[in-house]
Amino acid sequence: MLLERLGKELLFFDGGTGTLLQEKGLKPGELPEVWNLEHTEEMIDIHRRYFEAGSDIVLSNTFGANALKFKASGCDIEDVVTAAVVNVKEAAQLGVHDGREVYTGLDIGPTGKLLKPMGDLSFEDAYAAFRETMVIGEAAGADLIHIETMSDTYEVKAAVLAAKENTKLPVFATMIFDGKGKLLTGGDVSSVVALLEGLRVDALGINCGMGPEQMMPVLEEILKVSSLPVIVKPNAGLPKQRDGEVYYDVRPEEFAGLMAEIVKMGACLVGGCCGTTPEHIREMVRQIKNTALFPKCIRPVKKKDTVVSSYGKAVFLGRKPVIIGERINPTGKKRFKQALKEDDLDYIVKEGISQQDNGAHILDVNVGLPDIDEKSMMVRVVKELQSVSNLPLQIDTVDAGAMDAAMRIYNGKPMVNSVNGKQEEMDKVFPLIKKYGGVAVGLTIDEDGIPDTAEGRVKIAGKIIEEAEKYGIDKKDIVIDVLAMTISSDPGGAETTLEALKAVRETYGVCTVLGVSNISFGLPFRPAVNSTFYTMAMQNGLSAGIINPMSEDMMRSYYSYCALAGYDKNCEEFIRRYSGRKVEDVLRKDAKLTLKEAVMKGLKEEAYQAVRRMVKDKAPLSIINEEMIPALDEVGKGFETGKIFLPQLLMSADAAKIAFAVIKEALSESGSEEQKKDKVILATVKGDIHDIGKNIVKVLLENYSFAVIDLGKDVPPETVLDTAVREDVRLVGLSALMTTTVVSMEETIALLHKEKPDCKVMVGGAVLNQEYADRIGADFYGKDAMQSVYYAKELFAGQKQ
Amino acid sequence: MERMEKEAVRYLGYGSCEADDSTIRMIREIFGELRKTAKKRIVYRVFELHRTEDMRIGIGTMQIESRSLFKNLKGCEKAVLLGATLGIEVDILLKRYSCTDMARAVVLQACAAAFLEEYLDGCQIEIAKETAEKGYYPRPRFSPGYGDFSILHQGDILAMLDAPRRIGLTMTEGSMLTPSKSVTALIGLGRQQENCPVEGCEACEKKDCPYRRCS
Repeated sequence: MLLERLGKELLFFDGGTGTLLQEKGLKPGELPEVWNLEHTEEMIDIHRRYFEAGSDIVLSNTFGANALKFKASGCDIEDVVTAAVVNVKEAAQLGVHDGREVYTGLDIGPTGKLLKPMGDLSFEDAYAAFRETMVIGEAAGADLIHIETMSDTYEVKAAVLAAKENTKLPVFATMIFDGKGKLLTGGDVSSVVALLEGLRVDALGINCGMGPEQMMPVLEEILKVSSLPVIVKPNAGLPKQRDGEVYYDVRPEEFAGLMAEIVKMGACLVGGCCGTTPEHIREMVRQIKNTALFPKCIRPVKKKDTVVSSYGKAVFLGRKPVIIGERINPTGKKRFKQALKEDDLDYIVKEGISQQDNGAHILDVNVGLPDIDEKSMMVRVVKELQSVSNLPLQIDTVDAGAMDAAMRIYNGKPMVNSVNGKQEEMDKVFPLIKKYGGVAVGLTIDEDGIPDTAEGRVKIAGKIIEEAEKYGIDKKDIVIDVLAMTISSDPGGAETTLEALKAVRETYGVCTVLGVSNISFGLPFRPAVNSTFYTMAMQNGLSAGIINPMSEDMMRSYYSYCALAGYDKNCEEFIRRYSGRKVEDVLRKDAKLTLKEAVMKGLKEEAYQAVRRMVKDKAPLSIINEEMIPALDEVGKGFETGKIFLPQLLMSADAAKIAFAVIKEALSESGSEEQKKDKVILATVKGDIHDIGKNIVKVLLENYSFAVIDLGKDVPPETVLDTAVREDVRLVGLSALMTTTVVSMEETIALLHKEKPDCKVMVGGAVLNQEYADRIGADFYGKDAMQSVYYAKELFAGQKQ
Repeated sequence: MERMEKEAVRYLGYGSCEADDSTIRMIREIFGELRKTAKKRIVYRVFELHRTEDMRIGIGTMQIESRSLFKNLKGCEKAVLLGATLGIEVDILLKRYSCTDMARAVVLQACAAAFLEEYLDGCQIEIAKETAEKGYYPRPRFSPGYGDFSILHQGDILAMLDAPRRIGLTMTEGSMLTPSKSVTALIGLGRQQENCPVEGCEACEKKDCPYRRCS
């Protein structure tokens, strides 16, 4: 059985197929998988030669056999995949003469498309495409699923999930790294290994992109962090070109020698990729069989690190203390609650970015609020955050549905907050950790509440770790939160927590987290208490504090502690952050600017200072009418007459936005109602994924007091219509960048005009002009962003009269 | 001012006007960020080229009908197909700035375009050196979307270059390249060394374009 041999015996893969097919006449751009049907004999022949050369696992010619690539081919996927698997099996009959056990691997390559949000393929659609091929492959008799040449962690996650959830086959996954150990999408070795191990693949590794020699340093890195058997399938060197043809020039003997080295380093499964031939494999098998190791491989060593990851970054807990940013959480935050209710994702995402900029390593994400659909909000926020930040996320919810959905679409191995000692909770959370991977925060609370003593909490920690083991979840994927209780009601609270913290680390060797600021609840001047307690907790072995990175007191504790405890080499980080910190002279110079001047010059900090001074003795509405509007009008006019240009217009807009936020706060404090705003929908049309133009218009419209409903990019006509009807919106702005997507714009306009005739549509985008806009039925064409603002103002003013 | 900076200013719509100091400062900062963030990658390959009487062009398995490209490829026997990208990291940065600082986002957009062009110009010189050794001389770079060369050919070029696998360059259903700061193009190769006529921006027929390069 394959799984029993994995990690114990050396296993040999086959080599390249594409190169051999090209020799037989496959053209660049042609679909090689069609050859399974049209050139069956040749395909079987290639596979047979690999079996004869000594391959134990031969891959079917199904690298690109998915519905996405085959859409326009006229071939049926089921026919192609079935034939491909059968071809390998037939070749095994013909080519295995020594009675050894061999396997047919269903080869799965990338879709060739980029996933959302940067591309247009949804995670679910990628999953569905993989599933289709895999289900057919299993039915046709494949022995394993081999996912390879992946350069995107998100896509490989979709593929692995599709394999795990729809087949019973072992799953291997290998990625394509560059010489620096990076994926094309930015991921590094640690983040990839964390993700794949979390998803519980059976073997992982590296293929394509480089030759064996260049792969060695990357392999070394993989072996350092992976607990699983490692696969290595290099090209026959780096690609070279001669007379327009791509070729690879590492000869079989040299290839084989290097592969023998690679096996000695610790790879358990080896084979070849582009440019390798049956000769390469034959020679590789021969040379490796001559090593002392054969037939065994070096057994993979279980690693003990606690790791969470994002698409591009892994964070290790238990080494230097880690900061988990707590700001994405509505508890006790009026503005955040409002953002959730108003669907203001920008605000939430900004909270994430500013925490990252201020030093957070992981972001906690909690969007639970009674009146909102937590599951859908959680999914949206996670998707948005992971498209702008490479920090790993901590999914923080008590709603198991939201947890499941967020873990599913998360691009990495998340931290999950939380599970506790209650049986019911563990029954809910651990199956999710097992399926998607993740590090669970275990709170030391159970059916009987929170124990008063450290021993009691340590005991619950033990129970959680033990229960996790039943699911095959290693204790490295459990971090314990011994809970900080406020000292205002329990004077011994801090001591108990610190004692428990230390004991949990010593007893179980697991990492710990703590919501630090709970300690001061009910006390005045909380930052002082929090930051001191934070230092004490780190001193007692806290691996990760859940804190507010925007609090200078906390950050000062953090950086000082790291410097003192030897975690900050040469105090570099501390010095970088704190040396030369003075009031900046630059700011002082312009400190006397009026709000109007600051906005016009696009100076954010000065605008903020000016408006803060002003709200003290001027009514918010007068500030808007006397300072803000005139400033914006003047800038707008300057733009129109060609005196100022887009960057300056937007600098002013950004400064104004900051000032408006202060005014808004003042308004709500004074209890006066904000004026009801006119609603405008903005969307980049279906098929179009460039949204910068739309975003420019959005910033400007918001400054002119419109309530913008931003539907994002790649928006189907029906979504625009549904929103317009539901929210009773009178103006829709559509953007399209390319002639290929103006078609969707035309469709959207037609649909709106038919179903909601009182709604006007304005359009903009690089390929449009007045004539084109007229032809597709738009009510208005904005040649630049300001024109859209003027049109909106005019339209609503007219309607009011 | 450096050529790339000038190009960025042009993309920002300044026309013949000078950019203000704060914009120039921002442009310089952003080029600094791009040097750190962008992961420049290119893949290219030489193909045989056939031009028929009825203005059709055949390159490998790709069949093209385009007057403007036909003109561009006059006297060519081969063509280099290429795909190049600045990588997904620039898109992520762009999205981040769109959220926090719109002015920076548009400046990044412009700078990235200039940065990519500069990279391609450099690559083209290298490619020209390689082909000159074999007695072939390049024509100006021509991309799908220029003139009447349909954007739909982007897909053919990516497939022929195996670009998704080689450099992570893919496209959407609507033939938009992803990552967004990417280019596909072809460069005709002829036996004759010609004085390169001015191409690109100046050759475009849209004379009233606000982004047109002033010659």
